[in-house]
Order: sequence, then structure tokens, then C-alpha cells
Amino acid sequence: MLDINDMTISYGDNRVIEHFNLSVKPGEIVSLVGESGSGKTTVVRAIMGLLPGNGKIESGAVIYDGRDLSKLSDKEMKTLRGSEISMIFQDCGAMLNPIRRIGSQFQEYLRIHDKKLSKDEARKKAESMFTLMSLPDSSRIMRSYPFQLSGGQRQRIGIAMAMSFAPKLLLADEPTSALDVTIQAQIVRQILMMRDMYHSSVIMVTHNLGVAAYVSDKILVMKNGSVVESGTRDEILKHPKMDYTKKLIEAIPVMDGEIYV
Amino acid sequence: MSDNKEVIIKAVNVSKSFDLGKGIKLKANNSINLDIYKGETLGIVGESGCGKSTFIRMILQMESPTEGRILFKGKDLSELKGEKKRQSRKHIQMVFQDPDGSFNPKMTIKKIICESLLNYGEINSSQVDEKAEELLKMVELPAEFKDRYPFQFSGGQRQRVGIARSLAIDPEVLVLDEATSALDVSVQKSIVDLLLRLQKEKNITIIFVCHDIALIRSMSHRIIIMYLGNVVEIVPSCRLGQEFAHPYTRALIDSIFSLDMDFSKKIESIESEIPSPLHVPSGCPFRNRCDQCMRICEEEKPDYYEVEEGHMIACHKFKNK
Repeated sequence: MLDINDMTISYGDNRVIEHFNLSVKPGEIVSLVGESGSGKTTVVRAIMGLLPGNGKIESGAVIYDGRDLSKLSDKEMKTLRGSEISMIFQDCGAMLNPIRRIGSQFQEYLRIHDKKLSKDEARKKAESMFTLMSLPDSSRIMRSYPFQLSGGQRQRIGIAMAMSFAPKLLLADEPTSALDVTIQAQIVRQILMMRDMYHSSVIMVTHNLGVAAYVSDKILVMKNGSVVESGTRDEILKHPKMDYTKKLIEAIPVMDGEIYV
Repeated sequence: MSDNKEVIIKAVNVSKSFDLGKGIKLKANNSINLDIYKGETLGIVGESGCGKSTFIRMILQMESPTEGRILFKGKDLSELKGEKKRQSRKHIQMVFQDPDGSFNPKMTIKKIICESLLNYGEINSSQVDEKAEELLKMVELPAEFKDRYPFQFSGGQRQRVGIARSLAIDPEVLVLDEATSALDVSVQKSIVDLLLRLQKEKNITIIFVCHDIALIRSMSHRIIIMYLGNVVEIVPSCRLGQEFAHPYTRALIDSIFSLDMDFSKKIESIESEIPSPLHVPSGCPFRNRCDQCMRICEEEKPDYYEVEEGHMIACHKFKNK
């Protein structure tokens, strides 16, 4: 469904991703893990066609549904973004306009992507998405400004927006990193539920190997712009081949692990 | 930690509320009683808004309690004034979550880490280079870093500089507020190793605030778990999550994604979010998210029950244990 072949990305003269390969099947969850600066986010942005500044895909192809996304025009990308391929961010609060109510932003988003939708239908759809995301009291949320909601609620709104058009591919960039552990668990559960409902594929960027382990079918370990190791969850976690992967796994504190003091 | 436990910081019935105007009061800390011993590492865990930071700010004398007292070696530091107060600040030092924000970008590393020494007149300016080299060596950084600027370092290196700065004037207590949360796991581990080594060498007391309960468990002697301004459990690390645990602690542990968990199992965690500290439920603060809530929980705030030696839990469930 998505096939990335030998992709190289550079910012100016600086090559940040080299020879990157990835394939995702429908309904599959693939995680990109690695330390900061390893290029995880750059890969996701490249798929979305949203590389910042002078970033560009130098070579290679991003094949989605038989089309090479890196060759599409802005206009063609726009019809895909938000409806077939959508994205959730680390802090969905930052993507919302702080001085507009949630309801008006959500309705605008829905109506831009589906021109036939009336205002009233858009409102109903937004409210039904909130219910799906277990956001209680949806009419109050529609009237709220982003700052009046908690981080967990904003994240749910971000996911609700991203899932509105049952995208085939969901890109999630550190969707739970800014949240408390109890909320993180709720959000992870919800992403999985959405995946099951819409049968979307998910590419998830995270530095939390635990979360990656729980949700993923496949895991790619990245370092300095290239893939160190990739494989199914069990291959990576139970039988890691590369020293870097082993080091990464060992560094994670575990509940029944050693106490050093 | 030595066997004879000397109390270095004692919190007696400490409460802090912030006045938000219009008669609204936000109770950030609610009658906290706690002894912190010399040479121990005390971990503080809790979700955002639970009052962790308010509590450590009071320990650091950056806020004063609305009620109750915090004693450092038996003395109430908040009663000191002027020069005596300034001198007292030497004993307790802080490392911040984001060292970027706490360094002056235009100061060289040697100036940053020796600033407090110069302020307290412990060295003169001709000794700065020598002292900076010594301190950098202590945190395992090359001595030639002393002439560079903060932006030239990675997050982990900057955090080491932050630790060097706070240890420069030989404090007895070091407070770390989420000092490793912004770092990658492998870097996090090296910072933790460094802290453990320094603690052994200098017998300093470390107060470590963090939301990663597994990390805190691995490096603390004792852990306190906070919820909505209340300490709900005080537990020695080795007993954390064993037979006795506060339902909230249990929920925190159940929310962790670990690598050796059963992936087919549904992840258990409490539903709903932490209530606003403006509307703390009556009775037990955790009752509306607790799956074992009883009638008494709605009416009465639970006392602390000592379930094992040094293990206190504020939950009605443990009343008769």
C-alpha cells in the first residue's frame, strides 16, 4: 500500500536521510524508533510532502496506491492530505488556532475536505467523532478554545480530526510523548481502536520503545538518517542483531529491573 | 545511604494555595508531612498538576508555604532574612529540566559553572579556569569545554554542565526537576549513572522529580507518589507495586508500556483524566477515578496507614491491615 524505495532526503547540501526503504501493508502499524536527530520525523514529513524550508527528496520514490507522492503537484497532494493520508502531531494543541473555538475549526476542516457537507452536517459529524474518541460533553468542547482543554483532550481532538475521513494511512509523530502515562495509555488504546475500525495503516514515530512494542507489527530502528535494523516486533525486541538496537533496549528502565542504590 | 538516618529536610503539615482572585483558591499542596534523610535519593512521581514542582519550589525557598513549615537541619529557612537567607541557599541547589532555558547563552561554560562560587566569594577570578576544569572533569566532560558556549553542546552534555553548576558550591541537597525527561533513553541512563556516582562520592541528598516511575524506581531509595496536591503513598523502592500499593500507584504502574509485557493483553489504565486542582473531590482525592471506591471514600479523607516498615499509604482499603 505504501512503498518507499531507496529514498534520500537532503536539506540544502546536507543529506539527512540516505537510502531509506519501507513498505506498509493495509491495516499494518509500523513504528520508527530512534534517538533525537535520527531522522524519524523527516521521513514522515517527506511522505506527507511537508518537508520544511529547503528540504527535498533527492532520489527514490514514495509509492502510494501506485502513484509516486514525491512527483505529485501541490494541488494533487492537497486532495490526498487530510482525507486519504492524515497526520497527528506531538502536540495537537499547537496545530489548533488558539483564538478560534474548536467547533468552528473542526467544521471548517471538514468542509474544506468535503465540499458537499453543510454546516449542520459538519457539526454533527464532528460531534460524532468526539463521541468515538470518548470525549464527553461534545457540545461544550465544540464551544471551547484550545487553551481551555487539557493536553489529553487536545490530542483526542487531533486524532478525531485526522480520522474524520477514514484515512488509508495515518502518520503519527510522537503522538503520546507529551502526555502523562495514564493518558498515554488511553490515547494508544484509542489509536488502535481507530485502526481496527477504519482498517487504516499507521506509521508511528516514537522514542518510546515500549509504546512501539505494544502497537507495532513492524519496527524500524533509525540512527543518523539510516535504518539500523528493521523487522517484526519479535525480531527486533527478542532477537536484536545490531549492537545499537541492543543498547537502546537495555537503556530502558523497567519496573522489575535492578535498583541501583 | 548510611544506617543512622539523619533527617536533613523535614516537611511539617505543609500546604500551599495560590490565590487566583475572585475568592478562588488553588490548593497545590495539601498538608504534606515528610522526612528526607541525608544521603538518600527521594523520588517524587505524579501526573502533571499534582503539585510536585510546587513542593520542590518550597524546599528551594522559591515559594513559602501557606501553612506548615519546612525545616532544613531543624531550622526553618523561611524565617531567615537578608544575608543569612542568601547564605542558606548554598545548601540546596537545583538542576532544571531544560538547561537551555537556564543558561545565559552569552556566557562561557566556565563562567556559568563558576558563577555561584564567585558570588559567594569562594574563589577569585584567577581561579576560575582551574575550578572549571575540575568541575567538568567531575561530570566527565573534557576540560577544554570551559571556553565554549552552551549552544555548542548536545542536550546530554548541557545537562552535565547543569549538574556541574549546581554541585559547584558543594550543596547538601540536590533537587532535579525532570532533569532527564528531555533526553534520549541512552543519554538518560548515562546521566543517572553520573548522579549515582556523585552521590556515593559526596553523600549528597538527591530529590528527583520525574514522571517515569520505572526510572525513578531504579535510582531512588524511597519514592513518594503525589496526586492532586496530596502525597498518597511513601514507599521504599524495593516495595513499590508489590503486595501493598495505593490504587493510584497501581494505575500508574499498569499504564507503563514495557518490552516484556504480553502484547495481546489489553493495556489496563484508568479512564478519565485528572480533575482540575480547583475542584478536588471531597473525601479521598482519587475516588472518582478509583475502581475500588467505597462509600467511606466519598465522605472521609483517608489517613496514612503504615502497611510495612517505612511504607505509608493513604487509602481506606488499608485501614485494618
